[in-house]
This record gives sequence, C-alpha cells and structure tokens, in this order.
Amino acid sequence: MDLLIPDIGLLFWMVVVFGLLFFILTKFAWKPITQSLKEREADIQSALDMAERTRAEMAKLQSDNQKLLAEARAERDAIIRSANETRDRIVGEAQVKAGEEAKRIMEQTREALQSERTAMIAQVKREVVGLSLEIAEKVLRKELSDKKSQEELVKNMVAEARLN
Amino acid sequence: MIRSLFHKIFLSIALFLSTFAVVTAQHDEHGHAEGEAKKEFNVGEMIMHHIKDDHGWEFAHGLTLPLPVILYTQDRGLEVFSSSRFAHESTYNGYVKEHNHIYRAGAGGEPDKSVKVYDFSITKNVASLLLSAVILLLVFFSVRNGYEKNKGKAPKGLQSFLEPIILFVRDEVAKPNIGPKYERYLPFLLTLFFFILVNNLLGLLPGGANLTGNIAVTMTLAVITFLIVNLSGNKHYWAHLFKPTGVPVALLPIMIPVEIVGVFMKPFSLMVRLFANITAGHIIILSLLGLIFIANNLGGEGMGWGVSWLVVIFSLFMNLIELLVAFLQAFIFTLLSSMYIGSAIEDHHEPDHGVGYEGPAAH
Repeated sequence: MDLLIPDIGLLFWMVVVFGLLFFILTKFAWKPITQSLKEREADIQSALDMAERTRAEMAKLQSDNQKLLAEARAERDAIIRSANETRDRIVGEAQVKAGEEAKRIMEQTREALQSERTAMIAQVKREVVGLSLEIAEKVLRKELSDKKSQEELVKNMVAEARLN
Repeated sequence: MIRSLFHKIFLSIALFLSTFAVVTAQHDEHGHAEGEAKKEFNVGEMIMHHIKDDHGWEFAHGLTLPLPVILYTQDRGLEVFSSSRFAHESTYNGYVKEHNHIYRAGAGGEPDKSVKVYDFSITKNVASLLLSAVILLLVFFSVRNGYEKNKGKAPKGLQSFLEPIILFVRDEVAKPNIGPKYERYLPFLLTLFFFILVNNLLGLLPGGANLTGNIAVTMTLAVITFLIVNLSGNKHYWAHLFKPTGVPVALLPIMIPVEIVGVFMKPFSLMVRLFANITAGHIIILSLLGLIFIANNLGGEGMGWGVSWLVVIFSLFMNLIELLVAFLQAFIFTLLSSMYIGSAIEDHHEPDHGVGYEGPAAH
C-alpha cells in the first residue's frame, strides 16, 4: 500500500522539474524545432510546386512551339498555294490577253488586206477600163479609118440593138 | 482508413500487453510470497527495496551515492544533511529513519509520528528526475542547434535520429487526435512523450530508479493532463457533460454522474496505467533475478547456477519487452492525452462514450 501513496517531496520536485522542463523545452527547443520543421516542409512543398509549375510551363512552351511551327508551316503552304494560284492566274490571263491581241492584230491585218485588195481591184478595174477604152479607141480609130468598116459597124450595132 | 486501423491494432496490442504484464507481475508476487516466509533471503523485500524510493542511490551492495536530505519541520525549519548520516545508525540529529521514512526521534530513539516532518529530500527518484531533465535539455538543445546549423540542409546526427520521433508525435499523435489546433498542445505532448520515454529507459538501466513507476510522478503527469483537458474544454465538451443530447431525461440522473466520473477516470487511468506497467516490469525482472537466490537457498549453489542461465534468458526476454513497453507506454500516455484534449476542444462534438475520437477519416 505504501507504493500507492505519493510522496510529498517527490511530488513537489516533480511539479517543479517537469514544469521547468516544459517551459524551457517549449521556449528553447520545441518552438524552434517545430518552426524549422515547418519551414523545411514549406520549402520542400514550394520546391515541388515550383518543379510542377516549371514542368507545366515547359509542356505549355513545347506545345506553343509546336503550334507556332504548325502555324508557320500552314502559312508557308498558304503562301505557296496563293503564289501558285497567282502565277497560274497571271499566266492564264496573259495567255488569254495574248490570244485576244493576236486575234485583234490578225483581224486588223485582215481588214487592212481586204481594203488594200479592194483598193487594188478598184485601181486595176480603173486601169483596165482606161486601158480598154484606149484600146477600144485605138481599135475604133483604126477600124473607122475607112468608110466601109464604119458602116459595117453601125450595121452590126443596129442589129445587135434590135436583138436586144 | 489504414492509418486509423493501424492505430487501433497498435493500441489494442498495447493495452493487451499492459494487462498481461500486470497479471504476470501479480502472479509472480504471489508465487514468491509463499516461498519468502521460509527463506532468509526475502525476495519481496528485495523487490520492494528496488522499486521504492530511497534517500541514497544504491547502485550495488555497499556502493551508495549519498544524496542530500532536506527536511522541513514547523519548529526547526529547513534542515539539510547527507543521507550517508543514516547509513550506519538510523538516528541522526534528532531524526530517525524507519522504512525509508524520516520521523522526529522521540525520547528513547523511537519515531515520534506526532511531529509532521516534510521530506523534500533529493531522493534517488528526485536525483533520477533531475538527471533525466538534464539529459532532455542537453539532447534537445543539441537537436535545436542542429536545426539552426543545418538550416536548409538534411538533418544530421542526433537531430536526424530524433526527428522521426518528433514528427511521429506531431503527425500521428497530435494532428489526427487534436485537430487543427494541435500546435498549441504540441510542446506539452512532446515534453510528455520524451519525459516518459527517457525515464522509462533510465529505469531499465541497472541501478536505475523506478521513476515512471512511482505514483507521485504519474499522478503529476495525469493531473497536468487533466488540467489542460478541462481548462481548454469548449462549450461542446461541457454541454456533453451536463446536457448530453439524445439522452432521455429519465437517464440524466445516471448519465451526468457517469460522465463526471469519466472526467476523473481518464487521468486516473493514465496515472495507474503508467505506474502499473513500469512497476510490474521492474517486479518481473527482479523476481526472475530473485529466482536465482531462491534456488540457491533451496538446493544449494549448484541449483543456483543451474537456474541462473534460464533466468538470464528469461530476464533478457523481459528486458526486451520492457524496452518495447518503455516506448509503448510513452506513446500511449501521449496518445490518450491528445485524445482527451481533442475530445475537449472538438467543435462538432459527437458523443463517443469512451470509444475514443478516431478523426474524421474514420467515420
């Protein structure tokens, strides 16, 4: 039973020593220790967060690059395509224009030739008329130099005229 | 979920082991009580001598460290002298020592129990208490310095040895049981844990004092826990005590006294658990060692030697168990303290009726 009765002396020393121990350890050991533990945990957490963030940023950057590259490629393709189109269009237009021009020139030439020809024909006609008149004059002059032939002619002419 | 399951298993094993230890101790005590009457060598006396406090620190027979005896009496005031004064005769300076108690000596050298003597001596237990305080201060100041020196670096040495234990108390004991306000109580729980642990381990050393197996020590610890629990109890805690919800009015005359008894039972169980476990462990080991002397007395020297190798194996085994119990009891005292604190400051109080608060994850 003696074992179960607390000693006043030990009780007193226990309260004093444990109390002092509690206050000293709290102030000089537990507070700094838990504080440093917390700081370290926060450091580790922030480092991990940072790594995660960097990884995400890297991934984003990479995808951005990919996107940029794809965009550039698409733009290049579009430029080439449009250039091709422009070239084709210009060439086509030029061909059409050239054809039209050629046709127009041919037409002009043809017209010029035509008018030249008609003019020439007219000229030839005129000259042929003049020539024939001269020939006829000369022939007539020669034919009508004697009386007999004159009368014959008139006779023929009259006959002809009657026939008409 | 797994963590709380682990806790439950751990706790039940611990509680089981502690009852086992007490029961075995009682058996052993009874077993020896029969034999001791016939023998010259009194095992019970030897055991009680080792378990109880003493005015000098006896490491071995004849090797006693004298400690200061500090007495206060109303008529003579404060008196200090060495405990070695009592080594040869039991009376000194008008005081007589009988069964480890110091009384005023009467006329014929008889103890005069009518004079109240307040004994504040630095006894074996007090010396051990001071030693443990010095050890704790040295160790944790060095750990603190480690944190300052290795700031931003990996922990080193003693610091890295104790850091997991500090983190264990913080993350496995304080945080889940107390909740978000755990930081206020963490210094107390850490002091409690390491104080009990260091003193349990010191008690296991040969010649060590049985400090945590002393009722005054466990009582102080339990009373401090009791004060912290009840001084920080919020209105839910008190409402649960005096106005429990969901309890029929007719049951209130029973429930309220039960709850009030429960308030005092909690620290009482803390006190008795630690005291009984540590004392029982010491008793078992001492009984085992006593077996050698009993066998020696019964069957001569040969018998004593014959039994001793068996005793060595058993006491080695017991010492290992005691090593486990040293950690376990420090853990349980701290865990239960944090549970009691947690149930006192819990915001949404659910009646647990002694089942214990498991944290929100368990529900």
